Amino acid sequence: MERTQKVDLRRALDTAQARGAAYADLRVVRLRTETIVVRNGKVESLASRESHGFGVRALVKGAWGFAASSHLEPRELDRVAAQAVSLARASVRVRGQAVELGEPVSLRASYRTPVQINPFSVPLGDKVSLLLSACAEMQAVPSIRAAEASVEMVQMEKTFLSTDGSSIEQTIIETGCGLEATAVSEGEMQRRSYPNSVGRHQTTEGWEFVLRWDLSGNARRVAEEAAALLKAKPCPSEVTTIILDGSQLALQVHESCGHPIELDRVLGTEADYAGTSFLTPDKLGAFRYGSEKVNITADATVPGGLGTFGYDDEGVPAQKVPIVRDGIFVGYLTSRETAARLGQRSNGAMRAESWAHLPLIRMTNINLEPGEWTLDDLIADTNHGLYLETNRSWSIDDRRLNFQFGTEYAREIKKGKLGDLVKNATYTGMTPQFWASCDAICNRGHWIVWGTPNCGKGQPSQAAHVGHGASPARFRNVQVGLMKPS
Amino acid sequence: MYSEKQLKRVTDLALAHSKADQTEVILIATDLALTRFANNYIHQNIAQKDTTLSIRAVVGKKVGIVSANSLESEAVRRAVETAQELARHQVENQDFRSLPVPRPISQVDGFVEATARLTPAARARMAGVVCRRAKEAGLVAAGSISRVVSRVVVANSLGLFAQHASTSAEMTALVMGDSGSGYAHRLCVDAAQMDAESVAEEAVGRARRGQNPIALPPGEYPVVLQPYAVSDILDFFGYLSFGAQAYHEGRSFMSGKLGQRAMGENIRIWDDGLSLETVPFPFDFEGVPKRRVDFILDGMAKEVCYDSYTAGKEGKESTGHALPPEFATFGPMPGHLFLGVGDAPLEDMVSRLDKGLLVTRFHYTRVVEPMRVMMTGMTRDGTFLVERGAIVAPVKNLRFTQSYLEAMNRVEAIGCDARLVRTAGGPNFVPALKIAGWNFTGATEF
Repeated sequence: MERTQKVDLRRALDTAQARGAAYADLRVVRLRTETIVVRNGKVESLASRESHGFGVRALVKGAWGFAASSHLEPRELDRVAAQAVSLARASVRVRGQAVELGEPVSLRASYRTPVQINPFSVPLGDKVSLLLSACAEMQAVPSIRAAEASVEMVQMEKTFLSTDGSSIEQTIIETGCGLEATAVSEGEMQRRSYPNSVGRHQTTEGWEFVLRWDLSGNARRVAEEAAALLKAKPCPSEVTTIILDGSQLALQVHESCGHPIELDRVLGTEADYAGTSFLTPDKLGAFRYGSEKVNITADATVPGGLGTFGYDDEGVPAQKVPIVRDGIFVGYLTSRETAARLGQRSNGAMRAESWAHLPLIRMTNINLEPGEWTLDDLIADTNHGLYLETNRSWSIDDRRLNFQFGTEYAREIKKGKLGDLVKNATYTGMTPQFWASCDAICNRGHWIVWGTPNCGKGQPSQAAHVGHGASPARFRNVQVGLMKPS
Repeated sequence: MYSEKQLKRVTDLALAHSKADQTEVILIATDLALTRFANNYIHQNIAQKDTTLSIRAVVGKKVGIVSANSLESEAVRRAVETAQELARHQVENQDFRSLPVPRPISQVDGFVEATARLTPAARARMAGVVCRRAKEAGLVAAGSISRVVSRVVVANSLGLFAQHASTSAEMTALVMGDSGSGYAHRLCVDAAQMDAESVAEEAVGRARRGQNPIALPPGEYPVVLQPYAVSDILDFFGYLSFGAQAYHEGRSFMSGKLGQRAMGENIRIWDDGLSLETVPFPFDFEGVPKRRVDFILDGMAKEVCYDSYTAGKEGKESTGHALPPEFATFGPMPGHLFLGVGDAPLEDMVSRLDKGLLVTRFHYTRVVEPMRVMMTGMTRDGTFLVERGAIVAPVKNLRFTQSYLEAMNRVEAIGCDARLVRTAGGPNFVPALKIAGWNFTGATEF
């Protein structure tokens, strides 16, 4: 990135202050993305995208304004800074409790994602060949109607300056990959994905991540599983024991813990979009969220996590903080403003999708800490139930209580052994009761930080890249397969 | 906002610089302003301006795509060269035929100056109306008011040049009490048509009626769905079923069934980007003129929509439904869906419910089984029990697991008025529906 000289950038903050801002910050972001999608043996997309611009946030008389532009030049810096102040003044017309940011945050720092192989340095031809080879393996399986293999590389370079005196430079590198095999028979479609569904698995690592997941070596199995699902048993409708694989559990954590602990959502500022949260402040430190086996942390420092960074978009250092300890709800994800409302200091969760977006409280890596079981032992210890793998559908109410998930793949568990394949598996429940029924979690050997590169929030909607460490875990007395009313 | 002339200068520069066999240039300039409120005050107030340049370079049957957001000459030249370079690293795609050739494009007027000039002060006034009305009723308001001004230009080396400027304004109000909430939404091209008082009245009224909800056991109930809920049904038909890629890969309920009955005889669903009842857009992101596509006509599956790639592959003509380049791998999709109106006023539909539910909107709907368009989701912001034709109580929100396709075979009455609604997809012009049975499979605590 051609770093624009800080002396020039500071003028935006000077302009904002001169026009009456009590606080202002500036983010300059250059985002570079390379995506390759191979579908049915054809390279359907070989795309490189770059977006560069800046955003100014200004606080005037306790109210916020934010303006952003793609023209990074002195006059535009002035115009946008003035616009942010003017928007803040308009906010004052319908003002509530004045915003307080707590103690000033002033840091001069830098951060860069450590990678072994820069994903942008790998020759395009090598990337395309890898995907074509994986695609061919999937297409070799009869009844596969759509075979898709993809990789995505992301580099985000950010400069953050604030009137508190912060000056921070960061380079975040991400690499993602995925396979999808879609099998079709008369009136039915089944899909298997690898390593994760909804496009891809992604981390803050280099090309070594793609090599480690061995797309070609897994492509045939993935396609065969999709084809086999067409002839599998339907999911029974019963209350039973389930074991969730790590990737499905990652999304369970995301929806039923990650979103409800966002303190801006808790305080009502997302009410008009995806809703609020059942984890109201009166529950902090006292509410039993799950069984004593359940320990959840928010960790923006875990190596490779998709929610790993050096500093958030308010310049607060990345942190590891407890969220659920021995089953008790003990912490929120916070910003400077929301933390101050609870008399706390921010734990560094404010991030924006791009230069054009306002930072919001976003998940970092919300991790279910590992237990002590091996997966084999856990299955052997289960008399009757279902093993569920890879998310297919997800839905939760607007306070994050009632949920229903579906998985791509399921197997019966009978007398401690995996049995027949099951299709169209779903399970449903209420968040605290579900986590209270967790009686076993697999060990660190099974623990993976799964990447979720499509977490939606805000108006206009923003997609955040977040992570979830999880290993398989067991839950008792769960309703599965409820497709018709009981 | 850039003028047509300024943007044409950029497309001319890109096309002149390209050495590819065929080249396409897309410019999307957007100017978005949004005022957001919660807890009865404005907490977010933003403005963002951006212009994206996308280059599609074709070398033989190899295609490379680059996008950037600088229109400086050097940046434009670099984008063109990178697209060519990417194309050279591609493998031949025999299914690719050609970029589209120019075709006459109808002019539709989708730009209103008053919308472009919807100032922060005006937006604050509108937010203030909802907050004041909520406070007066002892309730708490959240929501947003936004306006978007955009200009899209598509040009290619075969002589195609298309441009369209548009505006739209949107207002959402969600009003909450201790035990229930109400919702209202408006979308229009002309912000002058946006009446904050009527938005506030609708949301506050619904929230008032929604307090102290009763718990209803899950089960199958007849329903009347407000247009907000009906819009979600159309979104998922568009996403899963109406595009040529899903159709030809056998992933759509329409696959191999054109000309056969798919829904009730009273159902007509079509896409029409030229209609002034929607936020019109006369061409797609390849510059191909949009034509009306009748997906469901009197219940029969009639046709699907195409972009130039799927059309070329299947020997058809594009219907003008290409998505922007970054979403092109999803295949063509509709963006301006309509559900044909019937003759029933909403009150009549409710009065004909012996025992059933009036549902305002759905929340977090997701696909459980794509071929049957089997969905799960929650009700939200106003669900009411109707007995013997009258609303008797608000109801705690329910989870449903329901095939949208089966539901469209059980539509007993269709509203006589339609409303322009944006849910997850493009703007949909939809009436309310009365459906004989809806499968509720769970309930929540509020």
